[in-house]
Amino acid sequence: MIELKAIHVVFAVLALIIVVFSIMTVTTRRILRAATYLLFVLFAVAALFFQLDYQFLGAVQLTIYAGGIIVLYVFSILLTHGVGDKQDLPEKKKVIPALVASLGGLALAGYMLYQETFPAVPYDATDPDMKVVGAALMGLGEGGYIFPFEVISVFLLACIIGGILIARKR
Amino acid sequence: MEYSIFVLLLPMIMFLFIGLLQGKLKGQSAGIIGTISMSLTTIIAYAVAFDYFFSPESKIDGIYQKIVEYNWVWLQLTENLHIDLGILLDPISCMMLVVITTVSLMVHIYSLGYMHGERGFARYYAFLSLFSFSMLGLVVATNIFQMYIFWELVGVSSYLLIGFYYTKPAAIAASKKAFIVTRFADLGFLIGILVLSFYAQSFSFTDLTAPGGVALSSAAGVSFLGASAAAWGLSLIFVGGAGKSAMFPLHIWLPDAMEGPTPVSALIHAATMVVAGVYLVARMFPLYIDAAPEVLPGIAYVGAFTSLFAAVIACFQSDIKRVLAFSTISQIGFMIVALGVSGMGGHDGLGYMAGMWHLFTHAMFKALLFLGAGAVIHAVHSNEMSAMGGLRKYMPVTHITFLIACLAIAGIPPFSGFFSKDEILSACLEFSPVMFALMAGIAGLTAFYMFRLYYRIFWSTPTDVSHHTPHEAPAVMYLPLIFLAAVTLVAGFIPFGDFVTSDGAVYHIHINWTVATISIVVAVVAIAIATVKYMKEKSKAPENPLNNVGAFYRAAYRRFYIDEVYMFVTHKIIFAYISRPIKWFDRHVVDGFMNFLAWGANALSGLIKGFQSGQVQQYAYVFVLGVIILIVIALAL
Amino acid sequence: MDIPMQCYLLVAAVMFFCGIYGFITRHNVLAMLISLELILNAVNINFVVFNRFLYPEALEGYFFTLFSIGVAAGETAVAIAIIINIYRNIKNIKVENLDNMKF
Repeated sequence: MIELKAIHVVFAVLALIIVVFSIMTVTTRRILRAATYLLFVLFAVAALFFQLDYQFLGAVQLTIYAGGIIVLYVFSILLTHGVGDKQDLPEKKKVIPALVASLGGLALAGYMLYQETFPAVPYDATDPDMKVVGAALMGLGEGGYIFPFEVISVFLLACIIGGILIARKR
Repeated sequence: MEYSIFVLLLPMIMFLFIGLLQGKLKGQSAGIIGTISMSLTTIIAYAVAFDYFFSPESKIDGIYQKIVEYNWVWLQLTENLHIDLGILLDPISCMMLVVITTVSLMVHIYSLGYMHGERGFARYYAFLSLFSFSMLGLVVATNIFQMYIFWELVGVSSYLLIGFYYTKPAAIAASKKAFIVTRFADLGFLIGILVLSFYAQSFSFTDLTAPGGVALSSAAGVSFLGASAAAWGLSLIFVGGAGKSAMFPLHIWLPDAMEGPTPVSALIHAATMVVAGVYLVARMFPLYIDAAPEVLPGIAYVGAFTSLFAAVIACFQSDIKRVLAFSTISQIGFMIVALGVSGMGGHDGLGYMAGMWHLFTHAMFKALLFLGAGAVIHAVHSNEMSAMGGLRKYMPVTHITFLIACLAIAGIPPFSGFFSKDEILSACLEFSPVMFALMAGIAGLTAFYMFRLYYRIFWSTPTDVSHHTPHEAPAVMYLPLIFLAAVTLVAGFIPFGDFVTSDGAVYHIHINWTVATISIVVAVVAIAIATVKYMKEKSKAPENPLNNVGAFYRAAYRRFYIDEVYMFVTHKIIFAYISRPIKWFDRHVVDGFMNFLAWGANALSGLIKGFQSGQVQQYAYVFVLGVIILIVIALAL
Repeated sequence: MDIPMQCYLLVAAVMFFCGIYGFITRHNVLAMLISLELILNAVNINFVVFNRFLYPEALEGYFFTLFSIGVAAGETAVAIAIIINIYRNIKNIKVENLDNMKF
């Protein structure tokens, strides 16, 4: 029997938040609420990152997802919907197959997790040093990420231009 | 003689220049530019010919050599076979340079008047330049493939010029006919080239016609259907020449080609392009002698029959240009006969020399005849004899020059035609008396129909006098007539045998007075008959020179129904029994199979296109389900 | 750390299939996009967890997560631009109506 520690409680709470709000995100009939529940899920995910000692990733998750993307969602929701609008309930002919697929997939994933034995590696809680991360991001050699970094720079630029081009009024 | 390249370059540049700028060139400018350029070309060509004939380097031991001035290897096909482009100078090519540039220049000048104000004036000059370029390229070709290329080019320019009045259905039909008929003949030419080059392993004239016949030694043993490969190749090449030179039965396009402008008829369909076949045979002549001497008499018989046939028809035509067209066919027949009866070298080569000489003189006086006819047509606005008559009072220059040309073609001394025709008849006499008698008879017919034409145009009174009073042609039109008439007067005194002979050695022409007397008597008698019949005659319709043979007259007037035979063969036999089943097969079997495939693909896609619902969620669902199933399968395995 | 990594992965799996359920059932394109974010985040969790528990000295999962967040941001921006454009044209953003380009 594992000894109950604070960290277990924290994880249980986070897991509960993620599961519950994920489900609520996809089932609520008010889309603004869906965005809000997504925000909670994203917070919880960021907390998981912190718990795993990835401070920088957690921060990125918070700033980009929670700070940026959710705001975008809220804006666009407000642009396209009235605040109190309720979505139609999904039809049965969609719900049932979707349930079958997702529950079946979940069962499959759970089964695989249960079956799989992962190699026991000693847990190492060091957060990678920012210098190392920066060097790797700009690195050309082994373990360097300069190419994806450049790709994503261009990709983001293209997204900016594409977004402007598509959304602007003609 | 490096500058000989300009003989080709100038007309080509002119063609591109006038052709590309034809919309920009106002009024007469295209014609004037073209004429100036043609004058330069003529001067250069004369200089080339003069250099060649009189410089010592072209003669070795008194024998004219073939000089290859330029030769670029263009397409290397195999180790030995390559298609070249270049310039070959020898007596006949130099003579042809003179003939072509002279007639072409005359036609250029003449057209300034004749084509004045026509729609497409610049286009006309562009095509003339194209034709001059192609024809000059043809005669200076260093190898038979280059000749073939330019051969097709002259065919194209001929097609374009015959169809110059492309709004006239008759002109379109005539140009198509000329193109298709000569194309058929060129097929023979091409096959002949391939056969010949396969055995000789060379396209080059210098190799092919080298003395001793080494080129075709490998073909000697090969025989096919009883004749040697060389004989087949050379016969097929002659088919090409026969198509271009309108030999029976491929002559049908030439009379119709008269739908083109008259100066074009003078240039292409009288003086230059139609003698390309003669030139071809002359060019390959040593090969005929060496490799397939049995082909030559056949060529002679074809020429003689064509000559007779065309001369008979010419007696019955009422369209003056058609008379001249059949006269051209007949005269080319003379040249072909001369080549066919000829041997090689010295006195045996008389026929060759005579044929070339006749080519030269004929080009001059036939161009003159056509240009004169053009002047007449220009004056009375009709091609029909019935609209003419008594024109000698109105058109004195045309009348005199036309008369000179008629006397020349009839063979009256001292006009040029007499001398060349006399040499041909002498050569025929040495071949066989029958051939001599036949050709002399044809010469008489020639004199008859030419003077019939002459009297009907310039003497007898017209039946149809609706036109306004005719007047003499402008100076740009009659100056070329005078020039050509002058050439016709003096050309007979050129010591032609000093320049052009079968083997390049000098041959001294001496008139065979027996032959000459006979031919003069025949010509005079024929002219006398024509004079009696037509000089005073008031034209009566239907005109009938042989009053009691109506059926024969009708047949000859309809050109012995050769066209109808062609139409029957093509429409009733080839189209009905070959083309139609093939068409049926194509429509129903080939197309049907393709349509079935299309229908099948269409039906199948109709069945499955429902899968493509456009609903993203459905796609996602199927995708997820598929992944799950794949994982299950992977786990189960 | 004595929480087994399977727990993290299970949470991520639940999140992932929630996203799939949402993607399949939602009428609203924006809601579908939100479901997509769930899916992406579930994957991010997996990357991080694998990196932390199995290869603590490596940085692959870390960077993949980083780039995935970047891509998600760009994708959202463009998708929302498209959605707004659709809304301008047909005055709603129901996914059922978006089948003009099917064939």
